[in-house]
Amino acid sequence: MGKPTGFLELARVPPARRDRRERLADWNEVYLPQAEQVTREQAARCMDCGVPFCQSGCPLGNFIPDWNDLVYRGRWRAAYERLAATNNFPEMTGRLCPAPCEAACVLAIDRTAAPVTIEHIEHEIIERAFAEGWVEPRPPASESGRRVAIVGSGPAGLAAAQQLRRAGHRVTVYDADERPGGMLRYGIPDFKMEKWPLERRLAQLEAEGIDFRCGVAIGDAIGWAELRAEHDALLLAVGARRARDLDVPGRELDGVVMAMDYLCAQNRAIAGAALPPGLDAAGKRVIILGGGDTGSDCHGTALRQGAVDVRQIQLWPAPPSERAPDNPWPEWPLVFRTSSSQEEGGERDFAILTRRLRGEGGRVRALEAARIDMAIGPDGRKRPIEQPGGEVVVPADLVVLAIGFAGPELGTAAAELGVALDPRGNVAVGPDFATAADGVFAAGDAMRGASLIVWAIADGRGAARAIERYLTARPA
Amino acid sequence: MHPGGLHDPSLDRDACGVGFVAHIGGNKSREILEQALEVLRRLSHRAATGADPETGDGAGILVQVPHRFFKREGLRLGFDMPHRRGYGVGMVFLPPDPVRRRACERVLEEAIAEEGQRLLGWRDVPIDPAQIGPVARAVLPVIRQVYVARRRLVPTAFERRLYVIRKLTENRVRERAAEIDPDGRFHVASLSAETIVYKGLLLPARLGAFYRDLQDPDLVTAIAVVHSRFSTNTFPTWDLAQPLRFIAHNGEINTVQGNRNWTNARKSQLSSGKFGGRIDRLFPIIVPGKSDSAQFDNMLELLHLGGRGLPHAMMMMIPEAWEGNPDLEPERIDFYRYAATLMEPWDGPAAIVFSDGHLVGATLDRNGLRPARYLVTTDDRVILASEAGVLDVPPHMVRARGRLSPGRMFLIDTASGRIVDDEEVKREVSGRFPYGRWLRDNVFELPDVPAAEDPPTPSADELDRQQRCFGYTLEDLRLLLAPMAEDGKEPVGSMGTDTPVAALSDQAPNLFAYFHQLFAQVTNPPIDPIRERLVMTLDTNLGPDGNTFEETPEQCHSLHIGAPVMNNHQLHAIACVTDGVFDPTRLSLLYPASGDPDALAAAVDRLCAAAVEAVDEGRNILILSDRGVDRDHAPIPSLLGLSAVQQHLTRLGIRMQAGLVVETAEAREVHDVALLLGFGAAAVNPYLALDTARALAAAGQLGALDPDEAERRTIAAIVDGLLKVMSKMGISTMQSYRGAQIFEAVGLDRDLIDRHFTGTPSRLGGIGLAELHREVAERHARGFGPEQTGADLPAGGHYQWRPDGERHKWNPATIAALQAAVSLDSAARFAEYSRLVDDEDGALCTLRGLLELDDGGDAAVPPVSIDEVEPVAAIVRRFATGAMSFGSISAEAHETLAIAMNRLGGKSNSGEGGEEERRYQPDDNGDSRRSAIKQVASGRFGVTANYLVNADELQIKIAQGAKPGEGGQLPGHKIDERIARVRHSTPGVTLVSPPPHHDIYSIEDLKQLVHDLQSVNPAARISVKLVSQVGVGTVAAGVAKSGAGGVVIAGYEGGTGASPLSSLKHAGLPWELGLAETQQVLVANRLRDRVRVQVDGGLRTGRDVVVAALLGAEEFGMATASLIATGCVMLRKCHLNTCSVGIATQDPALRARFTGQPEQVVAFFLFVAEEVRRLMARLGFRRFEDMVGRVDRLRPRAGAARHWKAARLDLSPLLAAPDGEVRSCPGDGQRVALDQHIDHELVRRAEEAIDGGPPVDIELPVRNIDRSVGALLSGEVARQHGSHGLPDDTIRVRLTGSAGQGFGAFLAAGITLELEGEANDCVGKGLSGGRVIVRPSREATFAPEENVIVGNTCLYGATAGEAFLCGLAGERFAVRNSGARAVVEGVGDHGCEYMTGGVVVVLGPTGRNFAAGMSGGLAYVFEREHTFVKRCNLGTVELASVREESELWLLYALIEDHVRATASPLGNRILDNWEMMLGHFVKVLPLDYKRVLAERRAQRRATTARPRLAIVPGTRP
Repeated sequence: MGKPTGFLELARVPPARRDRRERLADWNEVYLPQAEQVTREQAARCMDCGVPFCQSGCPLGNFIPDWNDLVYRGRWRAAYERLAATNNFPEMTGRLCPAPCEAACVLAIDRTAAPVTIEHIEHEIIERAFAEGWVEPRPPASESGRRVAIVGSGPAGLAAAQQLRRAGHRVTVYDADERPGGMLRYGIPDFKMEKWPLERRLAQLEAEGIDFRCGVAIGDAIGWAELRAEHDALLLAVGARRARDLDVPGRELDGVVMAMDYLCAQNRAIAGAALPPGLDAAGKRVIILGGGDTGSDCHGTALRQGAVDVRQIQLWPAPPSERAPDNPWPEWPLVFRTSSSQEEGGERDFAILTRRLRGEGGRVRALEAARIDMAIGPDGRKRPIEQPGGEVVVPADLVVLAIGFAGPELGTAAAELGVALDPRGNVAVGPDFATAADGVFAAGDAMRGASLIVWAIADGRGAARAIERYLTARPA
Repeated sequence: MHPGGLHDPSLDRDACGVGFVAHIGGNKSREILEQALEVLRRLSHRAATGADPETGDGAGILVQVPHRFFKREGLRLGFDMPHRRGYGVGMVFLPPDPVRRRACERVLEEAIAEEGQRLLGWRDVPIDPAQIGPVARAVLPVIRQVYVARRRLVPTAFERRLYVIRKLTENRVRERAAEIDPDGRFHVASLSAETIVYKGLLLPARLGAFYRDLQDPDLVTAIAVVHSRFSTNTFPTWDLAQPLRFIAHNGEINTVQGNRNWTNARKSQLSSGKFGGRIDRLFPIIVPGKSDSAQFDNMLELLHLGGRGLPHAMMMMIPEAWEGNPDLEPERIDFYRYAATLMEPWDGPAAIVFSDGHLVGATLDRNGLRPARYLVTTDDRVILASEAGVLDVPPHMVRARGRLSPGRMFLIDTASGRIVDDEEVKREVSGRFPYGRWLRDNVFELPDVPAAEDPPTPSADELDRQQRCFGYTLEDLRLLLAPMAEDGKEPVGSMGTDTPVAALSDQAPNLFAYFHQLFAQVTNPPIDPIRERLVMTLDTNLGPDGNTFEETPEQCHSLHIGAPVMNNHQLHAIACVTDGVFDPTRLSLLYPASGDPDALAAAVDRLCAAAVEAVDEGRNILILSDRGVDRDHAPIPSLLGLSAVQQHLTRLGIRMQAGLVVETAEAREVHDVALLLGFGAAAVNPYLALDTARALAAAGQLGALDPDEAERRTIAAIVDGLLKVMSKMGISTMQSYRGAQIFEAVGLDRDLIDRHFTGTPSRLGGIGLAELHREVAERHARGFGPEQTGADLPAGGHYQWRPDGERHKWNPATIAALQAAVSLDSAARFAEYSRLVDDEDGALCTLRGLLELDDGGDAAVPPVSIDEVEPVAAIVRRFATGAMSFGSISAEAHETLAIAMNRLGGKSNSGEGGEEERRYQPDDNGDSRRSAIKQVASGRFGVTANYLVNADELQIKIAQGAKPGEGGQLPGHKIDERIARVRHSTPGVTLVSPPPHHDIYSIEDLKQLVHDLQSVNPAARISVKLVSQVGVGTVAAGVAKSGAGGVVIAGYEGGTGASPLSSLKHAGLPWELGLAETQQVLVANRLRDRVRVQVDGGLRTGRDVVVAALLGAEEFGMATASLIATGCVMLRKCHLNTCSVGIATQDPALRARFTGQPEQVVAFFLFVAEEVRRLMARLGFRRFEDMVGRVDRLRPRAGAARHWKAARLDLSPLLAAPDGEVRSCPGDGQRVALDQHIDHELVRRAEEAIDGGPPVDIELPVRNIDRSVGALLSGEVARQHGSHGLPDDTIRVRLTGSAGQGFGAFLAAGITLELEGEANDCVGKGLSGGRVIVRPSREATFAPEENVIVGNTCLYGATAGEAFLCGLAGERFAVRNSGARAVVEGVGDHGCEYMTGGVVVVLGPTGRNFAAGMSGGLAYVFEREHTFVKRCNLGTVELASVREESELWLLYALIEDHVRATASPLGNRILDNWEMMLGHFVKVLPLDYKRVLAERRAQRRATTARPRLAIVPGTRP
């Protein structure tokens, strides 16, 4: 039950980050491991609340108080088992999750906001579990003889694959890219998560008997309908890679690139491919449009590539430093945050509306924009209005567009399978992850829109349960 | 009463005043009779009246058959009257209809003839109907006497024959009731050659005038037993008036259901040649449908006529606390042990007066909870009654005054003309046979059983599967089993339960969860299982029972077990016995796992048949076992199997031929084991719980505990918890708890109950064997289903919310929504909150969730515009926050609630912790921090006259929803200097609120406390807080009759700062049931307009308020919701002082984190009120008042019927409309009429003195009907002068006579009450700075130090002041004293219990258990025998001699004051020989107090160099 007075006696100690200069010199992860004693003390701060808001804040429903207590008591193996009960890939959420659990922690209610370091404790549990050899392949005891195809090998697809495989089904995961992992491999920079945790996990999945078919674009080599026909069920976990674009004059100029292309190229470069010069920020003045996590990843990438100047610009004004009154705990706090990339250098600018990109010789040279204020429109929604005389011109050699995603790249899938889309262009599903087509399910960003990895895993697990029910209801 | 409602007449309770007057030498006279009638008159205030003030609850008198009178009457009527004792007289109530009357008479006459006796004739008993009220007149029977002449029998056999005649007649009339006695008027009040009973439904004072016989000069007697009744019900009945045939009873038999069952179960064993062997025809021995007292009388009668003397029978039925009492002679202990193998005790608070016409006596139960005082005169009369002073006896005629102490008997043998003392009576009974040798030869102990090979330890996989199959959860392991194994105690939790009742749960709860523990409230007290442990015992015998009538060695063959929980080793050893008198067999609880819904029913039938077969084969220990579950075999729920067998064997009358033991994996918490025992098991082996504890230990998860120790501690925790469960109901012995079925089921089908749980209340019907089978199958599939390997156990989520666990009303979504709504003052967010809470479509949780508001569609009242509905400001006046003490929550939180409620015009509740006086002055901005409701609970913390006058409502907390029947505890770490000051206690020392109020052991005691409080504050409404359970309506009726103006019905969902988990979950019921029952009973009894009804315990939204109003509530308490509005997030850590939001903590660092604002609370209540208005508009109600009690506007919700379990519930009892016009209380509730209060005279004469004039000296006579003397005067003083009162001795009152109860209650500083005479119970209760002196009359000739001068529970909760009592006091002297100083010359049991401050000097003997739980103050006991150490409870105190000089002076000065005040001869002798006497004083010093004193001394030394005298605690302010 943790230590009742732990939170009173012990301050929050988040994991340390490596020195900024050292970080910028390589692509390795930013965070340093923590001494076991420190982690156990941090776990002791958990109050084992009667109503654990952390757990409801976590899309996976991780048994956070349980494993905090076990870590506090040094029962790491039991903690790992509790953690693995709800989360297939804690090593990923332990690195990449923005930790809504910590925002919902009861110790985050007051201004001092010193929640339990839940995410880091999760990270320590899973890394210890791997190191101790507790994470073993758990192939099914018996085969059901049913076949399930999963398209997309991001976290949603992988989580579903593992759950379904463990239930005894034959699972084949298809991916158009050459290696499995989706965003985990191609979207996330190494400084946030290196590639070895992914490989390590993939090895377990393969050992459990999951069949990976990479470099296979469904719709080309194999038809969607054909794929469906060959399996008892089909899961669409193709993500939401369709990026939102910027509709301003000058968008067509060289040096204006999409964030995903930019991040992906760097990831491939680390894996051994050549970095296309157009996607190398070395010696350039870089503008990143968009204030989200993707923008932030681009920010860190540009700094490491050797940009002379990095400036991250977002349309919305900077959020307040503390929760606004209408944003009370345990809601996700809309407050000003500084990511590890942002603390490494560069500048940030807020409330700026891009009007056009100015170029020279077909290459981008500057961004023209206006400072804006927020006003409430007649429809009651906030909208930007330009400040009089607020024009700005920012010189730039590389403009990275990180302004969001517009939905899944489905190709002919919808038509071929008879899958319906929702108004935002995502795959429409019912509460049981079922699409309009019989036996076709969807999970993760493909049905939710771009979101967190933790949601992807949760969806993958949920879809696996739904598919299991679907299969059980239809005997072979 | 509406037949479809919730009220169950078998739960009506009564309590009363009893007494007798007798001449020791047996001289018959009119004087004895007339004095007895005077006693009855003087006990009137202990009786009650219902809606009709002329109709009492009943009164009566038992006298010796007056031969001269009957001879005369017989001759007049032409009978040939035989000589004395040659005939019997029957007092018979008959139906008024002449044809039916005659039919009844004929039945009796036939029985007389059949039994060979001769009918002499009938006589109409002359009565005066003008003496009874209209209600009683409406049901007045025809009252006739029958005379039966003795033929061919000796007198003792004649009595037995008259009994047979009566039983046969009763049975035959009952059989033909529909035809000849449809209204149940027929009743034989007495039929005996020795005694006759005159009784009726009338006021005690009218008895003599109603029965003309009683005025007849020829009606003389040497013995007269009287009784005046206070019944909680007012359904009028003549037959329940007392005395009964042998007894008059004041108190209650808690275990009566079990006692009745066991008597039936013994049918096959009972045989007695004395009844001609044909005892069968007398069954039922215990007549169903009568009061507990009547049933007791039935059994006593049988034992007595079966050949035992009344004292002997009494010792069997109400044994004193003999277990582990070293003071008793071994022979007596042997007798009790032997008797215990023949029958179980009838357990409950009881003062019983009994007489067979020669002997007259009285006895008290082991707890001594009812008062009985006696007086012996110099002319050989004895007067014994519930109170002293019921007859005026000139002081010079008093030979001795005494009281009955716990377990003692007081007997007068009029035949031999002497008083026989307790020792002698009991020695005679115990010496009749060599019981000790019989026991040694025939009773075996567990270690005598040869050891067998232990059952194998299950493998990890087996353990896991079994845990799943029996429904274990991770939470069970983590929160229940691990802490029990580690600490040997039941784990504690806080806040309330907010999960669905089992009948609505989708988690396949086990059968145990469908049952709720019942608990004592008002009509009988719970017991303190810790401080008063010595009266409790878990001893039990296993094996066949003997013939109750016979006394032979073989009757006691049995196996003695010290506690009813066995480990696997012990159970196995018993199961393996193969020779000797025990012949055990295992009956398997397993049945084939299948989808057939009837499989379980068939399995239970097979089990019952197997049990019968086993008994028929001579097996005498049946072990019901669910060992061996596998893929194909599921377990019958152990409780079902056990109870089915118990009931089946009982019905066949063969139950006592074998003992039942349950070997089950299912039982894992205290509640489970309690249920198995409560439904008839002698012992339980919870093998899987023990295996689990062992496995946890073996895996190193319990620190360094080894498996054996883990098992021991687990059993210890269960056993400890069992004591709590028993004590909650006021039951002292396991033997009488066993089979007493003290549970209520919610949602179990009536057929299932009638068949297998016969007699258990289950009011909503519903779930049957098919549903239970489905849940067995679901749990079985968890263990043996397809996909479970390797996964964790289910989460559980009953105690803490879990996303995959049980549903909670307070969950992250609802808490967040409510907090957002009140902090943003957003109606939209509040609407969202209400939707989340109220919508139970997908997630049933509450009984109200099964109901919907009926706007009647087109047919009914049209909706009204919301503008026409009464305003929010009027509605919020009906709202209150719940009772939360300052101490349990921080000052910041407590005052935030008070300010908010005062702004709204609602009420905040102080809780039980006193209140800082600064809060009585308004803040500069006009805010007030004063709590409108001041609570008075059992700990009486800071309850002073000043506290009481600063209130609009005084609430007596009888029980608390979260843990009814239990006391409270404020852990030491929450008691800082400030809390300690308000509570008059010591910082850092844990404070205990005992389970019972020590001044409320019965309904008439409650009436007295209401009187005390009303006297101090005549303007305040007195309310009484009860908890929902079956029978609460009846108790509420008693409350209404006690004079209180309000009753609170709390649901079991209510919160708490700390409670054992099993109480939190399993005791009490949802408020919907209790509220509806209360409304039904109050309305039907025409009592509803006297009391306002408040409901609390889990109200959250406007809809909850409206549902409660429609069910009958007019006020509403919301505690948890208002805390959540101030920031509570349900950490459920209140008991740990670590509340991170600064509410339930006293830690300054945490309190600083409190961010709650009154505005948030105000917003919450305004939102709720606004919601109420909207719903009122929809329903067409303009005034709230009109909505109260309109159950016709509720109907079952269609959506709920889709749920497979909920669909089976029958909500009609909940929605039954009582017949009665008045559905609500229009005003503020009644006030106790105080116009006769003696204090009015005192106030008049002291007026000037109170206003600052010169001191005043007042002289007055006083009688026992003058109660709460000084309380009203003290209220007056406190109102004008606050807690400091007046200068010492400003008002001096000299009284002579016998003072009534509560003499000097809450006496304020500056008042001295000096009484010459004697006083009753509760002298100086709540003493608030005044001085009380009681001394015998100057003319008295007896030695004061040998005579009782004051009653029980004196100085209870005293906070300051002085008391000098020249004589002996009763039990529980100075309980919870926190500051008064007192000198007394001897005390009974439990003296200075839980004392936290003050000084008590006892110059004479003390009873047992002195200083139990004492944590502060000092006591000095003068004793020459050096036996005090045996009678002192050394748990929290140490004994020392008196050495320090300052202390010597303190002691000397106190005794000197005592002598000055009372002229005590004993005091004088001690002072005269001070040097010599000093050595006989023992100082009782609480260890905690010693530590704190030492700390303070050290602190002082560090801060000041000035030497000072030792601290004298408890100095007057």
